[in-house]
Amino acid sequence: MNTEVPVPHGLPTERDNGPFNPHSLTARLREARPLSRMVFPDGHEGWMVTGHEVTRQLLADPRFSSRMDLDILHMPIELPGQGEMTEPIPQQPGMFVRMDPPDHTRLRGMLTGVFTVKRMRLLEEHIIQLVERQLDELARLTPPVDLVREFTLPVPSLAICELLGVPYEDRDDFQSKTSRSMDLKLPMEERLAVAMESAEYMSGLVRRKRTEPGDDLLSDLARRDDVSDEELVGIGQLLLGAGHETTANMLALGTFALLRHPEQLADLRANPELMQGAVEELMRFLSIADIGVRYATEDLELAGETIAKGSSVGVSLLAANHDPAKFDNPDTLDIRRNARGHVAFGHGIHQCLGQQLARVEMRAGFEGLLRRFPSLALAIPAEDVKLRTDMQIYGVHELPVTWDEVAR
Amino acid sequence: MRLSADRDTCVGAGMCVLTAPEVFDQDDEQGRVVILDPGVVDERAEAVREAAVLCPAAALTVTED
Ligand code: SF4
Repeated sequence: MNTEVPVPHGLPTERDNGPFNPHSLTARLREARPLSRMVFPDGHEGWMVTGHEVTRQLLADPRFSSRMDLDILHMPIELPGQGEMTEPIPQQPGMFVRMDPPDHTRLRGMLTGVFTVKRMRLLEEHIIQLVERQLDELARLTPPVDLVREFTLPVPSLAICELLGVPYEDRDDFQSKTSRSMDLKLPMEERLAVAMESAEYMSGLVRRKRTEPGDDLLSDLARRDDVSDEELVGIGQLLLGAGHETTANMLALGTFALLRHPEQLADLRANPELMQGAVEELMRFLSIADIGVRYATEDLELAGETIAKGSSVGVSLLAANHDPAKFDNPDTLDIRRNARGHVAFGHGIHQCLGQQLARVEMRAGFEGLLRRFPSLALAIPAEDVKLRTDMQIYGVHELPVTWDEVAR
Repeated sequence: MRLSADRDTCVGAGMCVLTAPEVFDQDDEQGRVVILDPGVVDERAEAVREAAVLCPAAALTVTED
């Protein structure tokens, strides 16, 4: 564990090793030391985790907090305007991803019953129909079309809007807000301002749910008296944002990856029963929600190193998911491998609440798309596909595709 | 082999149900783990062990006899 490796100053967000692989710096760090020192771009001397096993240990350890209001939580990647951060970010009610127990436990507990494997199986049929309707619309268009705009974004947006009870007509508005709040090029202040705007939108919606509840998740929560309006707003924002942005990028980047691996794509088309495993593998391989960060609340030992209280510890889920100590030939997309145990949804108490919904949407989405568009192909050279290296959630900005026949 | 589940630490992620559906379920209210059939734990030993490792909250404990 004592291999010397230069202490990097921040992690690059650009990808130097193809669109699907970790940056060579992250890969080198992982090979040398899966837990290594890093000087964060703002000068903070913290740590970076890139190995699979250490990632699991870190994320499961309650001595690491995900709160941003305890102290300044330093970001391992360069962010405009972050040099100005001198204060911790106050906690937003309801945003339980940035809370520790018991607050986290109470809020997440209100939602877990809705996202069980069983509930999602019941929803599956409905999601398949929703996918088919969207594919019908896609089939009516004349290629080339942008698959993100016409398919990968609408599907999860429709699903989460229905589940939460958010009017789908509002999507342009909230989607643009979500995407601005996750735009790494924008100064932190501006991103926080956008988050405020989307809180205002959600608070109007919450007020309506309190007075005229319907048959949806926000209404169900609004009927409870142990959750405040502010908390409902935070929960609503969190689920709405996470519910469309992540799955949309998985579907789009996943399609791009399959198109770039024609033998894998052919195998999947010929053997639809491989879909479930293929979805897990795509999640591992792509790890679109890549960078996490935790705060050490005390002096502690992790993987043989002493981490001082007050340190920020960054984690690259992509590097962890491409760790050869866990997965053979990790930089190879192999839909037939057993990818379980990947950390694309995180690990520990914050592991993605919506993961079963995401799985259902991805299975239905990829299955429908491949079946209906047997000749799906990129409409531009692969090098010209614009990668979201400038966004908090990785993926593609647009995916222009074409086809010459549509199947039923 | 003995299996126990700590429902207080469970965060309802459902990995156990995906991994060993014959053994685990989640309750409807809070989505927390329920051991369905303790009788098949030994038959499904490998999946049960995998579920315990995968559980993000370390809510499952397997004790080998
Ligand atoms: S995997 Fe763990 S956290 Fe998830 S439902 Fe099962 S016991 Fe609970």
